[in-house]
Amino acid sequence: MKEEIIIAGFGGQGVLSMGKILAYSGLMQGKEVSWMPSYGPEQRGGTANVTVILSDERISSPILYEYDTAIILNQPSLDKFESRIKPGGTLIYDGHGFVRQPKRTDINIYRIDALEQSIALDMSKTFNMFILGGFLKVRPIVKIEDVLLGLKKSLPERHHHLLPQNEKALRKGMEILIPMQVIA
Amino acid sequence: MEEIKLMKGNEAVAEAAIRCGCDGYFGYPITPQSEILETLMALEPWKTTGMVVLQAESETASINMVYGGAGCGKKVMTSSSSPGISLMQEGLSYIAGAELPCVVVNVTRGGPGLGTIQPSQADYFQTVKGGGHGDYKLITLAPASVQEMADHTVLAFDLAFKYRNPVMVLSDGIIGQMMEKVQLPPHQPRLTDEQVREKYPWATTGKHGRAKQNVITSLELRSEEMEKINNRLQDKYRQVEQNEVRFEEYFCDDAEYLITAFGSCARICQKTIELLRAEGINAGLLRPITLYPFPTETIAQFAKHVKGILSVELNAGQMVEDVRLAVNGVTPVEFYGRQGGMTPTPDEVVKALKSKLVK
Repeated sequence: MKEEIIIAGFGGQGVLSMGKILAYSGLMQGKEVSWMPSYGPEQRGGTANVTVILSDERISSPILYEYDTAIILNQPSLDKFESRIKPGGTLIYDGHGFVRQPKRTDINIYRIDALEQSIALDMSKTFNMFILGGFLKVRPIVKIEDVLLGLKKSLPERHHHLLPQNEKALRKGMEILIPMQVIA
Repeated sequence: MEEIKLMKGNEAVAEAAIRCGCDGYFGYPITPQSEILETLMALEPWKTTGMVVLQAESETASINMVYGGAGCGKKVMTSSSSPGISLMQEGLSYIAGAELPCVVVNVTRGGPGLGTIQPSQADYFQTVKGGGHGDYKLITLAPASVQEMADHTVLAFDLAFKYRNPVMVLSDGIIGQMMEKVQLPPHQPRLTDEQVREKYPWATTGKHGRAKQNVITSLELRSEEMEKINNRLQDKYRQVEQNEVRFEEYFCDDAEYLITAFGSCARICQKTIELLRAEGINAGLLRPITLYPFPTETIAQFAKHVKGILSVELNAGQMVEDVRLAVNGVTPVEFYGRQGGMTPTPDEVVKALKSKLVK
């Protein structure tokens, strides 16, 4: 098993932490993991992305140019990364604020209205966990129990009382994922 | 067994430094290595091991604090990124001249000048050919993973004290910023003042009944004496070259084509090797772990059997010169690189190898 993932969106959306939680979840399952952020002048409102690899074998390059799955949270990231999804791969995007829809015909495409739903449920701070839940629905590469363990590892103890809310967001995300294009 | 953790390369350096009994860190923040200082500050080792962590007023001050600490026989280090390391070159030359042990971590970025904060390997020449003035050498380790960031921090101190010489850990923005699994080294206590006096009789720890005080200096105005010092340094470097060459072979046994690459670039090239092998081209990767001493002899041996060698680097062609010296014309040596913070794709390297070497 090897899953090469890019998560991309605006700074402040929880892109890097979502990647970190995913990497921790892989660690909990004894997998090889790497987490490579775009670092630099990124800031709240700017673009940010992270490449996460989970694998049963030693990971060679932590830097990737093609992905099994792209989790896309804004238009600039869709423009940049849609062409770099492997044929037969998966695109998951949040439906909010896109002026151009995905156009690839050789990949699986799912929409998740996580921003809208998380605000409606007064859970906007767990927006990224909705997205992660949606991802795990179609790519169940780690168990939800391990994600929760991963969360526990990556969150400081003073935030551990928020774990149930995060679990709720993960499960809600699984429910609200909409298949837009599923290829054989 | 230590627990397996997930952390950034920079964080691993900080954790490993505390665990191996480092006495002091002096540094100044700069991207992409600021997490080293930040992590040390967050871990507050002065409350546990007694290690000093200090944010100096500049890189020049940092390296001179290291000079002072090293003179006292203490296990001291600093870290920075390319432009900051340039500011430290005078101090490094003095420390090498005074024959003192210390560790410097360079998490490099693209230059010249203030350049970019993205990864680069353009400081190879500066590190292994000098950087500061005078005939000196920096023992140079090039980690290619977060695990090696931790391991090399410990190894760097061991080598620094074994040879009384500064050791550089030459990393880059990729290895510093990425998170991977790491098993941290076991805790070693810091040496007591008494142990330092006993183990390092050259250190300036006070006379303690000795007739003559120790003097730490790189100054010797009598040329006859200065030549002797230079000869002694060169003898030491020959020892280092004899004993400390380290490298990793990746599918080299039956290789018809060899790629040489270090650090993060070697990780990208591992993927290249997988792609080439899938196409039926027998390629292998030789990754120097020590850049000084360089695995000259190993490369010379491979040169006799392979059809060609491609050196892949995040610069305009620096290590390739050492590869060519090792190969000495026996087989073609070509170069492929990206600059300014760009990294090659594994595919790009496949194409480069095929177009330059596979006829």
